[in-house]
Amino acid sequence: MLILHCPYCGVDADETELAPGGEAHLKRFGPGSSDAEFEAYLFQRENPKGVHFERWRHANGCGKWFHAARCTTTNEVFGTYSAQVTEPPRDIHDKITGKRPGWLSRWLS
Amino acid sequence: MSARLPKGGRFLNRSQPIEFSFNGKQLQGFEGDTLASALMANGQQLVGRSFKYHRPRGVVASGAEEPNALVNLGTGRRLEPNQRATTTELFEGLEATSQNHWPSLEFDVGAINARLSRFLPAGFYYKMFMWPRAFWKHVYEPFIRQSAGLGKAPNARDADTYEHFNITVDVLVIGGGIAGLEAARVAGSSGAQVLLIEQTAQWGGRANVDATLIDGADEEHWIEATVDALEDMDNVRLRTRVMGAGVYDHGYVLAYERLCDHDPQDGLPRHRLWKIRARQIVTATGAIERPLSFAGNDLPGVLLASAQRDYLINYGVSAGDRTVIVTNNDDAYRTALMLHNLGLEVKAVIDARAEANGPLPVAAREAGIRVETGKAIAKVKGVARVEGVAICAQVGEGAVLDEIACDVVAMSGGWSPVVHLWSHCGGKLVWDDAQAHFRPDPGKAPIGADGHAFVHTTGAASGLLKSDEILQNAHDAGADAAKAAGHKPKRGKAPTAASPDEAPIEPVWMMPQGAGHELRSKMWLDFQNDVKVSDVQLAAQEGFESVEHTKRYTTLGMATDQGKLSNINGLAILSKSLGADIPAVGTTTFRPPYTPISMGAIAGEARGKLFQPLRRTPMHDWHEANGAHWEPVGHWRRPYAFPRGSETVEQAVQREVKNTREAVGLLDASTLGKILVKGPDAGAFLDLLYTNMVSTLPLGRCRYGLMCSENGFLIDDGVIVRLSEDSWLCHTTTGGADRIHGHMEEWLQTEWWDMQVHTANLTEQYAQIAVVGPDARNVLEALGGDIDLDAETLPFMHWTEGRIGDFDARVFRISFSGELSYEVAVPASQGLAFWNALLKAGEVFGVMPYGTEALHIMRAEKGFIMIGDETDGTVIPQDLGLHWAISKKKADFLSKRAQERDHMTDPDRWQLVGLETVDGSVLPDGAYALAEGRNENGQRNTQGRVTSTYHSPTLGRGIAMGLVLHGPERMGEVLKFTNIGGAPIEARIVSPVFYDPEGKKQNV
Ligand SMILES: [Zn+2]
Repeated sequence: MLILHCPYCGVDADETELAPGGEAHLKRFGPGSSDAEFEAYLFQRENPKGVHFERWRHANGCGKWFHAARCTTTNEVFGTYSAQVTEPPRDIHDKITGKRPGWLSRWLS
Repeated sequence: MSARLPKGGRFLNRSQPIEFSFNGKQLQGFEGDTLASALMANGQQLVGRSFKYHRPRGVVASGAEEPNALVNLGTGRRLEPNQRATTTELFEGLEATSQNHWPSLEFDVGAINARLSRFLPAGFYYKMFMWPRAFWKHVYEPFIRQSAGLGKAPNARDADTYEHFNITVDVLVIGGGIAGLEAARVAGSSGAQVLLIEQTAQWGGRANVDATLIDGADEEHWIEATVDALEDMDNVRLRTRVMGAGVYDHGYVLAYERLCDHDPQDGLPRHRLWKIRARQIVTATGAIERPLSFAGNDLPGVLLASAQRDYLINYGVSAGDRTVIVTNNDDAYRTALMLHNLGLEVKAVIDARAEANGPLPVAAREAGIRVETGKAIAKVKGVARVEGVAICAQVGEGAVLDEIACDVVAMSGGWSPVVHLWSHCGGKLVWDDAQAHFRPDPGKAPIGADGHAFVHTTGAASGLLKSDEILQNAHDAGADAAKAAGHKPKRGKAPTAASPDEAPIEPVWMMPQGAGHELRSKMWLDFQNDVKVSDVQLAAQEGFESVEHTKRYTTLGMATDQGKLSNINGLAILSKSLGADIPAVGTTTFRPPYTPISMGAIAGEARGKLFQPLRRTPMHDWHEANGAHWEPVGHWRRPYAFPRGSETVEQAVQREVKNTREAVGLLDASTLGKILVKGPDAGAFLDLLYTNMVSTLPLGRCRYGLMCSENGFLIDDGVIVRLSEDSWLCHTTTGGADRIHGHMEEWLQTEWWDMQVHTANLTEQYAQIAVVGPDARNVLEALGGDIDLDAETLPFMHWTEGRIGDFDARVFRISFSGELSYEVAVPASQGLAFWNALLKAGEVFGVMPYGTEALHIMRAEKGFIMIGDETDGTVIPQDLGLHWAISKKKADFLSKRAQERDHMTDPDRWQLVGLETVDGSVLPDGAYALAEGRNENGQRNTQGRVTSTYHSPTLGRGIAMGLVLHGPERMGEVLKFTNIGGAPIEARIVSPVFYDPEGKKQNV
């Protein structure tokens, strides 16, 4: 029974108020994309043991979607942030790296 | 024989006798008794039968860990099976019956299973019931059903009420022994909000039994003073009879309160489920004594050494007259000394260790008690109860050295910390070699959102077994928890306690260590499920190396007690059989709840009318008053039909269709989803959501639209209305309103967030009534108003707004029936008045309300698809002949890319057609069209299936819609359809539009 902070309305929301939305920061492939690209976009999801970026909706609350950075093994939550970004913000990134040195992010090259 | 002692029993109120019955026999106990102590006080040691072999069973423990003493409690509407006698507080008039025997507890036919035990080894069910296949249905399944389950399931509605309770606290302390009390006291001193719960009715745990001096005085004095101090703190809540059931993510805890199990009554909830959010949790849940594995350890009269002390001190009950104690540790000598001090006979202490020279064994010898070291019990003598023990050397194979007559065997195999709550949410365990048990590994605690531990254990639950260590540890745990919850505890000094030194335990997993198969097959590990040492060894031999597999194969620990006594002993045997260390084998997963909780508590108030919220349209009460036959649709109830007089529902449906087609009908369509989409980019956004073009819809017009998922499949349909330059009203299916609104918001917020669009779900803001039939216009015109309803001013698929009669109305000329039809939306508050006005104005035209079934039939007669009938999550618009509703102009929309995949463009996809049975009958719903041959699984090949099927009153025959291979190209062909229990039914492929194919009727 997780508690996640909704960055829109400011509520520390109980999981019963939330609806999960799977992996965050997917890039949409529409008409014109290859079969492989479309398949990857539609079906292939990361399932890491450790740090994960997820979509959640404050469904029984303000109704807004947001993102959460969470460890799938310990349920540590590194932060929640806006849904209107295409990658994790810098401060979330730094926070994770601070707590999990050596953590590899696909958004850091 | 077990009996009540003339005095003693600190829980008892001997001036308050209580009458109760067991198997119909009237017995007497005292206030403060448990059912178990009262039965023992009455000499009733046989309390039940085991599950598999129907062996006689007596009380073995004194608390939640009891595997044997399970009874049917109560009768009728208050009957409940599998209630533990050891945790059932006695009350006046309590009625209990024993379980799992026939015809009686004393003489049980099922006990024959025990003689057959050779043929019922571990994994018996898996091995025996495989073949031959035909036996399953007629022999095995009836046999298993007959023997499944211990108690009787109640067959009457529960007379009691239950409730849920939500609370948030800083520190939750679970367990009200001295550790829990001290932890709560220190945490409470910080001003933190503290909740302390205890599963029994008393504070102090077992400290009172094994008398300890705390701060130089009797422990009782300290317990009382500490409870008083806690009760004086405004920030501390204390509750007894509340069991910590489960610990979940981020400090969520379920606790189970038994409010009046000890005093059944109306007017109070029986159980209360506490839903607790705690910043910090301290589990002070104590430890459970382990049995020892020796032949015959399951006979009534064999019990835990600590339980024997509990019954003596708490209830003034002796388990028998002559006790033999068998142990591998010093603690059991407390039982010997207590019995001796109470003047009861101790025949011997059988100690498996080579020597026993700690203060407690020394005291026992000084008291004149016979102590035999290096010895074991070769076997317990007796058939239905203990009559004596045969003694052997622990190191041998069981050669009998001596026999001792006795009627009680008190066993102690050491103590296992209660780690369940710690483990529920990921806390890890470490094997403690010195104490031969698993205890929590404080370095691997359950982690909260902040990355820090949120569960801490203390006391015996941490593996501490000496009072002074327990109190110091609890003091620190309480302070640490308060601090971690953001408070400043007042650190004082921990109370001090005096406990005698104890010599180390010696792990003894089998007695004697060289026992042969004969003895091993009489050593019980799981008393309730009849799992023996030999069963676990057999499982290991057969290759079940994982402890989780062994558990399921042997059913070890799968009984109602969830292996509280058997788990560690079982996995020790398994690890030995595998030649592995105990920690390498590991434990099975600890799952909530700690002890079983009632289904009533889980349901809480959610039963009957409160089970689920009911959505009502503004006309709901009218429907109810006018005999609506209801159909649940989502959380709504919609009238299925309105039967009149002696009409059947079926007849009513046929009448409603006929009347609507020939005169005029009214449909409450208020449940249809109504989502307003508004903003500068609303048109562009809707073009992405619908498969057809929406942005070009002219003002004043309506258009039928389809929505597909990004994966290509149809998810909803409905009429889109262009309200203004920048706003559209999107109708959805009744069940789809919330889902589609969520779907829109998801894409808006997470993909196209730069679009300036606002959505609002207005479904409940309007009452919507479909006025349908040749006289529809006449009825509306009879009401008057300022709207011109004629065909030229308001043609088909147009809308307008104004006043109809006295009502503010939006009028949509849309039709789901093929008839002249106006759907009129009025503010919800005016819905019922408008409905009544229509009925009145329509009276001269023969207006009748119709329900959802008439709606369905009329749409099927017209070949209109229904989401959920023609679609099932695997159907695309192209399957349904809806190509015309898929834009070829738009560069992008949800599902466009998906529908380009080769599987979606496969010409072999089944396609929508109409079906007419050759004989005019109604095809079975979901029937399959048969094809030649069989597939690789030997199943008949198919070439289509029925998606909707009705009797059409308009055509006077059965009609159906279905998806058929190359269907549209096979018009006129006759197919055979499956018909369960009968011969296949022939049906001809026809156009799905059965009625008015030119659409003249709706366009007048
Ligand atoms: Zn929110």
